[in-house]
Amino acid sequence: MAQPNNYGFGEEAALLKESARKFFREHFPADKLHALVAADHNPDRPPVCQWDRELWQQLVDLGWTMLAVPESAGGVGMPVAAVAGLVEELGRAAFPCPLLGTLSATYALVACGAGGEAALADIAAGEAATLALTNQHGDWNPAATEVEYRDGALHGTAWFVQDAAKCDKLLVCASTASGFGLFWLPAGAQGVTLEADAIVDLTRDQAHIRFDGAAATEVSGNALTALDSAFPAIWTLLAADMVGAAEWQLQTTVEYVGTRKQFDHPLGFFQAIKHPLVEVMVQIDAAKSLVYNAACACDTEQEKAAQYAHMAKAAASDMAAYACSRSVQSHGGIGFTWECHVHLYFKRQKHSQMLWGDGSWHRARLADIVIGAAA
Amino acid sequence: MSEESARKDTPEQAEFRTYCRQWLQANKPGEPTVRLPQSPLEIMTPEQLSYLQAWQKSAYDAGLIGCDYPVEVGGGGRKDCQKVANEEMLAARTPFLPNVIGLGMAAPTVFYHAREEVKAELLPRLFSGEDIWCQGFSEPGAGSDLANVQTFAERKGDKWVVNGHKVWTSLAHFAEWMIILLRTDKSHKYDGLSYFVVPIRAALGKGVTVRPLIKITGETGFNEVIFDNLEVDDRYRLDELGKGWQVAMTTLLHERGAGELQTPRAGGMKNKSSHTISSSAVIDLAKTTRRGAGAAADDPILRDKMMQQLIREEGLKQNQRRSRVPALLDHPMRLLLQNKLLASEIAQSLGSLALEVEGMSSSLYLADPNAPAGGQWPLAYMNSYGMTIAAGTSEVQRNILGERVLGLPKSK
Repeated sequence: MAQPNNYGFGEEAALLKESARKFFREHFPADKLHALVAADHNPDRPPVCQWDRELWQQLVDLGWTMLAVPESAGGVGMPVAAVAGLVEELGRAAFPCPLLGTLSATYALVACGAGGEAALADIAAGEAATLALTNQHGDWNPAATEVEYRDGALHGTAWFVQDAAKCDKLLVCASTASGFGLFWLPAGAQGVTLEADAIVDLTRDQAHIRFDGAAATEVSGNALTALDSAFPAIWTLLAADMVGAAEWQLQTTVEYVGTRKQFDHPLGFFQAIKHPLVEVMVQIDAAKSLVYNAACACDTEQEKAAQYAHMAKAAASDMAAYACSRSVQSHGGIGFTWECHVHLYFKRQKHSQMLWGDGSWHRARLADIVIGAAA
Repeated sequence: MSEESARKDTPEQAEFRTYCRQWLQANKPGEPTVRLPQSPLEIMTPEQLSYLQAWQKSAYDAGLIGCDYPVEVGGGGRKDCQKVANEEMLAARTPFLPNVIGLGMAAPTVFYHAREEVKAELLPRLFSGEDIWCQGFSEPGAGSDLANVQTFAERKGDKWVVNGHKVWTSLAHFAEWMIILLRTDKSHKYDGLSYFVVPIRAALGKGVTVRPLIKITGETGFNEVIFDNLEVDDRYRLDELGKGWQVAMTTLLHERGAGELQTPRAGGMKNKSSHTISSSAVIDLAKTTRRGAGAAADDPILRDKMMQQLIREEGLKQNQRRSRVPALLDHPMRLLLQNKLLASEIAQSLGSLALEVEGMSSSLYLADPNAPAGGQWPLAYMNSYGMTIAAGTSEVQRNILGERVLGLPKSK
């Protein structure tokens, strides 16, 4: 099936993106983010979860957390391309919230068919969720999960669970007697212990979650197939978040080098500063174009979705690394301080760069698709 | 590509597409009897030129070139149809069009800035390829600093007398006409420039000398042009006196693929050199190139590099697609002004990667019977520097992007 020329990004999608941009600009400017998450600079501080729960509730009330839930399950059923527009704006604001996790769980649940419907109804009712499937070594292959389902309950630990402390529900991949299953349960259920990680990124929380015989509902007995079909959208939306965040890094840095003067000129006059920032822009644009292409493939060309999503996340990961490095370096001494907002995005982007696979991880899988497995 | 676009066609475009497709099926030229160069800028022999000129003339006569220009100047009088013809010519894998500077740069500039009678005089033979055009911008002292042009035109009644020296002039040895940036006032750098079209072939030995320059690849196709009291009629001045810089921007905008008028494009015909155009060619090369006990395509580092290349190519393709989706653009020129920079640098990294895949065999050049792909990859890699240097170097492109799009202060 061929893709529509405009990525299927129509009027409704444009409107959603524009209102999201406006919403975050009005309600969550960077100084508010800084005040919210950077009050304590102590590098030894214990893990914390800092977020604006009231503002999140507004997102829920706007229906933004159920955009990807199909209409049949009480949601909005918006295409991935439109959701990507919203997530790009969320990334631009670096808004701490469980939206990405909730969307990721949504796509996985949709891929579960009938088994996922009750869980999708929870999300449509405004509950936040996140995926729990990674092992202690950060292996992105869900078959490497350390969680096991036996005797009707979950056992073992899921690592690197994103925004875990903000979530109502967990979607867990666990090995079963017959393969791998996906399981849905409340984050506060009996037998679930959330152990928060002390992380660098101030705009997220992360945890490893211990399951000691926690009862859970099996939503799919074939987790690997369901996740395989959900991963392209998950990677693409994270890449969209990174594109938005990088645009903030770029514009903030451009503004700084346009005003700060050295040697009688604004820094941006010098090509040693100007050209790398142009390179950041060029990389952002390629990643952004690849994001909407991948999103559109998720919507209209499923057989190409994984291939294009690998491209988008690989490009976004490398782009984000470069945007991070130039944003701090071009700010000079001030960029090295806690008071400058640049570090908030630096840390979010470095986290995103690795999350769900870095550039070389995605390129290795892309090569297997395009070239064929290496002999 | 062609099927995908077909679904978005206006009625006029749809009808024209069918026509183009049928015409190409019946009239696409057969295999060339000469070795064709990798691009029009490397045309070396009259045999290569006449084969390609015959193709351009037949395509023009059929209405596939200049489609969107008005009938009065030799165009087809259609709306947004050049893009359709281009898609169909590329899909049909035709030879490329030889009059590349004429079509891509001279035609839009003449169309927007010349007098009506000059348009009608020059454009039909430009479109048909009977008159090859070249561009006289660069000089020994005016490369990236283009406004430093010194070739001088002095007014004598209704004539101008031109003296000076242009360099790096592709196709001048075949050209009938040249678009040229001249100094008409020595006291103002930018406002002292004026833009003309001047005859070349008709003036050889009578004020114009064309001398070949040999390129890094050993190929010709490149020239310097000396003007010694060449007389030019004032009617061949484009736009007002002193407006040369502004007119030159029309040329450069179209050269960099960011102009209003679609440039007629054809190509894709299978020949030895057509293998050097995308990462899929390098992937094929890697599959058949032995490295150690296996194939180069099994080497994890080369696999990573080939995927980086593939992703860059897809990124550029998607940029072009996104540039037509206004809701996904922050700045109207942001993607368009990246085209030239990206296309040239991607071609360069492709060539570089191919040489790495070939390993020691990349030392073998065109005449070597053991050279992989007939030695085309070292040739393509060296030629890619023409792309990153001509039409504003990559460094100049980054200045333009930094200043016009990011709004950074102008660099010296």
